[in-house]
Amino acid sequence: RQDVLVLTPWLAPIVWEGTFSRDILNAQYLQKNLVTGVVTFAVEKYWFFIEGFMTSANKYFLAGHQVNFYLFTDNPEKVSHLQMAPENHLFVIPVQNGSRWQDISRCRMRIISSHIQRHFQHEVDYLYSMDIDVQLLAHIGVEIIDALVATISSWQVTPQQESKAQGTRPEGDFHYTASFYGGSVAEVYKLTTACFGGLVEDREDGIDARGHHERHLNKYLLQHKPTRLLSPEYYWDTEL
Amino acid sequence: QVFSPFRRQDVLTVTPWLAPIVWEGTFDPKILDSAYRPLNLTIGVTAFAVGKYTRFVRRFLESAEQHFMRGYRVNYYIFTDSPGSVPPARLQPGRRLRTVPVRGSSGWQEISMRRMEAISRHVAEVSGREVHYLFCLDIDMVFHNPWGPETLGDMVAAIHPGYFAVPREQFPYERRSSSAAFIPQGEGDFYYGGAVFGGLVSKVYEFTKTCHMTILADKANGIMAAWQEESHLNRHFLNHKPSKLLSPEYIWDDRKPKPPEIRLIRFSTVDKNYKEIRN
Repeated sequence: RQDVLVLTPWLAPIVWEGTFSRDILNAQYLQKNLVTGVVTFAVEKYWFFIEGFMTSANKYFLAGHQVNFYLFTDNPEKVSHLQMAPENHLFVIPVQNGSRWQDISRCRMRIISSHIQRHFQHEVDYLYSMDIDVQLLAHIGVEIIDALVATISSWQVTPQQESKAQGTRPEGDFHYTASFYGGSVAEVYKLTTACFGGLVEDREDGIDARGHHERHLNKYLLQHKPTRLLSPEYYWDTEL
Repeated sequence: QVFSPFRRQDVLTVTPWLAPIVWEGTFDPKILDSAYRPLNLTIGVTAFAVGKYTRFVRRFLESAEQHFMRGYRVNYYIFTDSPGSVPPARLQPGRRLRTVPVRGSSGWQEISMRRMEAISRHVAEVSGREVHYLFCLDIDMVFHNPWGPETLGDMVAAIHPGYFAVPREQFPYERRSSSAAFIPQGEGDFYYGGAVFGGLVSKVYEFTKTCHMTILADKANGIMAAWQEESHLNRHFLNHKPSKLLSPEYIWDDRKPKPPEIRLIRFSTVDKNYKEIRN
């Protein structure tokens, strides 16, 4: 691919269709006997997206490899009829409803962090957080597996509101979407723990920033550069 | 909107297994330094100066002091059969020189083949505890330009300067199927040079140990690979792909004319009389 940037200034590859051989990567992944997890949240009206997400992810996400799906929801009864591929597992984890969605957003980092500590770290090698309101339309494979992975946002950077995460953006850096990120369990633990800390500070200041979740993620990734970037092909916001 | 001032469109900068290929103009040294300096790393370098090759030590070390991992802690391990001939070196703070005794040998091919064994043993006994990353370099070479943390990775190999623009059928892989270094026609990613490889010290240990085994297997079968350990290195990197590749800037041959793709020569051969050295 000559038309796109395939390497960041810190030599992390940017994954675009046509830049890699999935066969070679699959062979490497299999050599290491890895298990990957996906975390997603379906709270309040978002239960509606469960079936679409799970059906498409079950089919297209790391197809042929063992994937543990961890679905956090306040509507556990809505998932009972899902059929999983033989190598995949679905774990439904109930969460409390009745909170504002902004609180859920803040809580997501805390929930992921605490679950990594409690059990994810013993169950998976790599962990990815994905928004539930998407359907995978094509294969997402082991090209996403690396220590700390973020997806370039298909949106331009938007003017910021006040928040602890506001900062200058050096040239050559990227804006990442909070809708799809992940990496090794250790790195995701550090990221979610750090982001949750920032969000708590925001709340105590009474600031209710739009896209706060995403801003804290971006601040963290500015200081802890991802080892691999996924192009906007990997999360295309349907609003565009 | 995906923009970077660091971009090369005239060369391949990522392999099909998503390993970066390091060329001048693909990276920002400031970003890499700010990521790596705080980690307080020690980088090791092995180099073999056996027999007549001791004459290269001084220039190697002097140029390394100027260009290799400036600002980082570095341990040089010079493997030699005459430690007395290693000149006392004036080193920057945080950098040390250690000589490692090895047996002198009959021929340069022999020496070349025993390097893998010597390195793996040394890692197990000494350097594995002293360094985080280890580079194994040829001694008859000189640094001309910066060699920094852009080169650090789990397992790092360098693209041989003679073959980076050449089709794979012409790579001088070992082609005899009786050798453990055999690579059949139609296979192979790159031709890597034996003069430069490195990575995390644990990975270098595994790598050199495995190469030593395949070299021994060949010896037992009475065969020596076409390019000695370089052939075995290439076989190994076919099955266990490097996580980062260095462009020929990092392993240049001064006898070659410089093509436009090579903007900077960082590490290259010293002009020498091969007949004289190898007898």
